[in-house]
Amino acid sequence: MTTETVQNSASTNGSELLLRADNVSKTFVAGTFRKHYTHALDTVTFSVPESPPTITAIAGESGSGKTTLARTVLGLVEPTSGKVIYRGNNVAEMSRAQHAEFRREVQVVFQDPFESYNPFYKVDHVLRTPIRRYNLASSKSEADGIVEEALRTVGLRPEETLGRHPHQLSGGQRQRVMVARAVMLKPKIIVADEPVSMVDASLRATILETLRAMNQDLGISILYITHDLTTAFQIAENIIVLYKGRVAEAGSVESVINDPTHPYTQLLVSSIPQPDPETQWGREQETRDEDEIPLTGCNFYDRCPLRMDECTNADPPLYHTAQNRITRCYRYADSPVHLAPDLRSVFAETNPN
Amino acid sequence: MTTETTVRTPLIVKDLKVYYHTRRGPVKAVDGVSFELNRGERLGLVGESGSGKSTIALALMMAHKEPARIEGGSIILNGSNLLDDNDEQVRLRRLSEIAMVPQGALNSLNPVMRIRDQVIDGLKDHNVSMSVGEFNGRVAELLTSVGLHPDVASRFPHELSGGMKQRVSIAIAISMNPSVIVADEPTSALDVVVQKQVVQTLRDVQERIGAAAIMIGHDMGLMAQFASRIGIMYGGKIIEIGPVANIFQNPRHPYTRLLISSLPDTRSKRRLQGIPGLPPSLLRPPPGCVFHTRCPDAMDICTQDIPITRELDPNRFAACHLYGDQDGKEVVL
Repeated sequence: MTTETVQNSASTNGSELLLRADNVSKTFVAGTFRKHYTHALDTVTFSVPESPPTITAIAGESGSGKTTLARTVLGLVEPTSGKVIYRGNNVAEMSRAQHAEFRREVQVVFQDPFESYNPFYKVDHVLRTPIRRYNLASSKSEADGIVEEALRTVGLRPEETLGRHPHQLSGGQRQRVMVARAVMLKPKIIVADEPVSMVDASLRATILETLRAMNQDLGISILYITHDLTTAFQIAENIIVLYKGRVAEAGSVESVINDPTHPYTQLLVSSIPQPDPETQWGREQETRDEDEIPLTGCNFYDRCPLRMDECTNADPPLYHTAQNRITRCYRYADSPVHLAPDLRSVFAETNPN
Repeated sequence: MTTETTVRTPLIVKDLKVYYHTRRGPVKAVDGVSFELNRGERLGLVGESGSGKSTIALALMMAHKEPARIEGGSIILNGSNLLDDNDEQVRLRRLSEIAMVPQGALNSLNPVMRIRDQVIDGLKDHNVSMSVGEFNGRVAELLTSVGLHPDVASRFPHELSGGMKQRVSIAIAISMNPSVIVADEPTSALDVVVQKQVVQTLRDVQERIGAAAIMIGHDMGLMAQFASRIGIMYGGKIIEIGPVANIFQNPRHPYTRLLISSLPDTRSKRRLQGIPGLPPSLLRPPPGCVFHTRCPDAMDICTQDIPITRELDPNRFAACHLYGDQDGKEVVL
């Protein structure tokens, strides 16, 4: 049943799909008597090929749905509609064995390296548990070898890291231990949800380089979930910009960030505090008119500085504005409507190196 | 004497030392920090976690708590040393002379009080007496000055977004026209778009009331946008300080140089280079220069002697042995 879907859509460039989010929506419902619905994710479709390994950024502010998308892809949140397909199998309908494999091959690195640890256990525990769970080693010495190799891969010295409690490591070290843990399982893909936002600047670069090395040297694909367009620019090839659960703009990271077309992306890019006193913030302000949130039409209307009357008519489609670019904005209504649902069809090809 | 200092240099911090007393010995969170702040100036204090930057903010507000103690130095605010004042005097000088925009406006406002009452509270606490109408007028004026609608006065904090709450905090901070505003990571929980708006608002009101401002943080991008001068903190000391453009273009201390080159930008993709090693233990700081364990330019002397802060160019100070043989004027701390 699910294989059929994959075969239909597997072929933007002929390669097999590793992971595909197919028309995924997630609605959260709150309240007992008066229901309040939040559309955290609204019909998002994208995929990650089996090869070459890619780094895709999913960017947006809080409330954009980026974390819901990450959690859906990981199988931690069940979509309200649509499905997540991993190597031909619907994640929600996997057998136990398939699910175990999925849990090993799809790894996650969370934002807060403190919260991922139990403070009473030594760091070793974090690394040994998955070895036991997935039977990665047949002896203690083999397990030691795996742990040490994984630590070296992320640039940590085993003798300085093992035997310590989490509070004895810096934030950057803790985060790299989490990457080591993920890498140890030889995953196909790592979902990194704001992996550097709580880490000091001098260590941020090291962790991003570690992720980049995982991608290039070990062939692991990465979904980089972030609010920070600067690190997305540095690490990813392609980017999906989400706004209130909808894809606002997508394409190659250079073109989206250096020449944003959607007014929301433009607002985000102009708000980046550039580490350069010569490049001062622009002064343009967003409009925000809470009385004017239309019931139909573009979900950015109330904040949009470039809004037009027609924006309230209907939700704009994604327009194909250039090679490797789509944007959901009526200002580009002269461009062809992008019909293929999978965002990957507009992505720039990965450089082999 | 005081009038002149009041006008030109509302804040002079000299050799400030703040230690946290633990059973294992004193943790020297701030260890001999000196700087001056002129009227209208915006100083950014940048540092990684554990560099002592937030402890400085607390000490300036005299809001540090046990086990932290000010071990030495002086904080000259408008010509008189805060450290000589008693608790009541300090309380009265807070808000009226030096005010703080806290880190998490998300929980620094009282959840069960209307915004109006929280703004008026500070004024009443400083014996400002006005009629109810005048108070309301002042609240409306303050809210408007930070870009909020005057109606916000009658709302509760939970009815406001994070950015609006932080604007309220700014309104409270400027309610008595202080000469110094201290902002400790004022936008750390906010989205970029809101962050920009809040920082610009802070800058606008600071310029309007002519106050000096200190922003404390770790985001060099934000500092580049906000500050006119930047002080780089490492291991409880300011290791370099100077005009913002100058620091970015020509960092002199190796730590500053590495920090700036580790910053990602959106101009070109490149190999990112972090700073190897770990921040020093403040309980047992390394002998000599606190940065020598991570410094690519470390020499023998760096492991033995603590470098003196020297004025390398006018208004440009660094504490590094690399500049030991030059004619830089020594600054006695």
